[in-house]
Amino acid sequence: MKRVYMDNAATTSLNKEVFDEMMPYLTEIYGNPSSLHTFGQEAHKAVSNARQQVAKAINAADYEREIIFTGCGTESDNMVIKGIAERYAKKGKHIITSAVEHHAVLYTCQYLEKTGYEVTYLPVDEFGQVTAEQVREAIRPDTILVTIMFGNNEVGTIMPIKEIGAVCREKGVFFHTDAVQAIGHVKVDVQDMNIDMLSISAHKFHGPKGVGALYVRKGIVIPSLLVGGAQERNKRAGTENVAGIVGLGKAIELACADIEKTSERMIAMRDRLIAGIESTIPEIKLNGHRTERLPGNVNFSIKYIEGESILLMLDLNGIAASSGSACTSGALDPSHVLLEMGLPHEIAHGSVRLTLGDDTTDADVDYVLEVLPRIVEKLRRMSPLWHG
Amino acid sequence: MYTEKVMDHFSNPRNMGEIEGANGVGMVGNAKCGDIMQMFLKINDDGIIEDVGFKTFGCGAAVATSSMATELIKGKSVDEALKLTNSAVVEALEGLPPAKLHCSVLAEEAVKAAIDNYNARKEGRTDEECNCISCGHDHEHEHHEDDTEEEA
Repeated sequence: MKRVYMDNAATTSLNKEVFDEMMPYLTEIYGNPSSLHTFGQEAHKAVSNARQQVAKAINAADYEREIIFTGCGTESDNMVIKGIAERYAKKGKHIITSAVEHHAVLYTCQYLEKTGYEVTYLPVDEFGQVTAEQVREAIRPDTILVTIMFGNNEVGTIMPIKEIGAVCREKGVFFHTDAVQAIGHVKVDVQDMNIDMLSISAHKFHGPKGVGALYVRKGIVIPSLLVGGAQERNKRAGTENVAGIVGLGKAIELACADIEKTSERMIAMRDRLIAGIESTIPEIKLNGHRTERLPGNVNFSIKYIEGESILLMLDLNGIAASSGSACTSGALDPSHVLLEMGLPHEIAHGSVRLTLGDDTTDADVDYVLEVLPRIVEKLRRMSPLWHG
Repeated sequence: MYTEKVMDHFSNPRNMGEIEGANGVGMVGNAKCGDIMQMFLKINDDGIIEDVGFKTFGCGAAVATSSMATELIKGKSVDEALKLTNSAVVEALEGLPPAKLHCSVLAEEAVKAAIDNYNARKEGRTDEECNCISCGHDHEHEHHEDDTEEEA
């Protein structure tokens, strides 16, 4: 059976070139980067090289000071939010975020609320966007951090990051963006976009799992989440995941090298998939913004049927997808993102997310377009809500 | 996550669809919760369930438990069908993940709702063609007809 992987927002395949680059650091170059001897210095050099690759990809000014390697995007988010809260508590205890953030941000904010911080969760419009004006109105004298995601992991909506960053700069408030879904897919320039801090995860752009990075603009002090050794200039204790870091560096270099061209190819496939679904399946709703959208994201609500059933049927046909349905997670409520965008529960239950990657082909899109309408028809025939 | 038996009933549901001459129809669940089951029974004069059909909006477990419930009550007497428990459905499916156990409860309730409707019709208590009971969650119960009107 044909197998099609359309869950690249969950994770991506490891690029072969990235794997080849990592391999020596899993075998012969095994030194500890903190060691003084040659074994250690070879590893240290590789980590330093990866740091430059990351800095170049996001246009950070000072690679040595501004890039910290972490264990994952979630760690980067936790480090920023908890760190800023701790370090700048004297200035205030107010944080601004959006209601549609990834749980790595949302739950960290909720954790801080329990310890005496106040958090404003900005509501989004029907497309899942917040505006820079909303941020401006929410900023108070005691606001210490604004954290708004770059691109939404569920519906792919891209936030007006540059404008939000400009407001934060003007008001003198630090601005962090969880760019885990955006890096390697859309152009990110931390200087041009007024970004102070930014979270990265390697496995979202064909790098390895278990490694992330955090950009922190020079001058901002964030305490280490993990206490111990002096790794990462005292910002992140623990022996470096050298092979993982090398992989992250190579993957971000490859993903950002020709980003306009690769995203153009991806957008063409995405839009063909969207148009194909819209022309063959009645009574559906595209979730998210039609143009301000991550190049690889397609998310539909398919009325009268339920998301998990769609996923199981797709899987039986070799297609890997994802859903914002409660039934995929065992929770009672469907995706907080879809509900925040104003979708009724019953429509949110029927959502399906298809996310493309570098290895997605036109034939894959054709296959999904052939299979999905059949599945929807079968499930709708089974549904007591469908009167078609 | 699911047993082979669940996947079998999900991909090849038994007794799926509305049946001719149903004289007991029940519907349980709520679109807000993500599960709705509708059960159609054709019960003969001897009180035997001659034919049964179902329609389900819900996850894989919801479809599989409805399908299994129809198999377990087909050809049985009304009294026997009333004794169908959710754990019997789970057992017949060789297990369900803990988060999905509520689907088996819904299947049991769907059978009972259809039999209630059959009894009510027999006693002339109702002209209604179906009974609706809520799924027990906090949402306000909505009649199924209303759900189809949303976002139309």
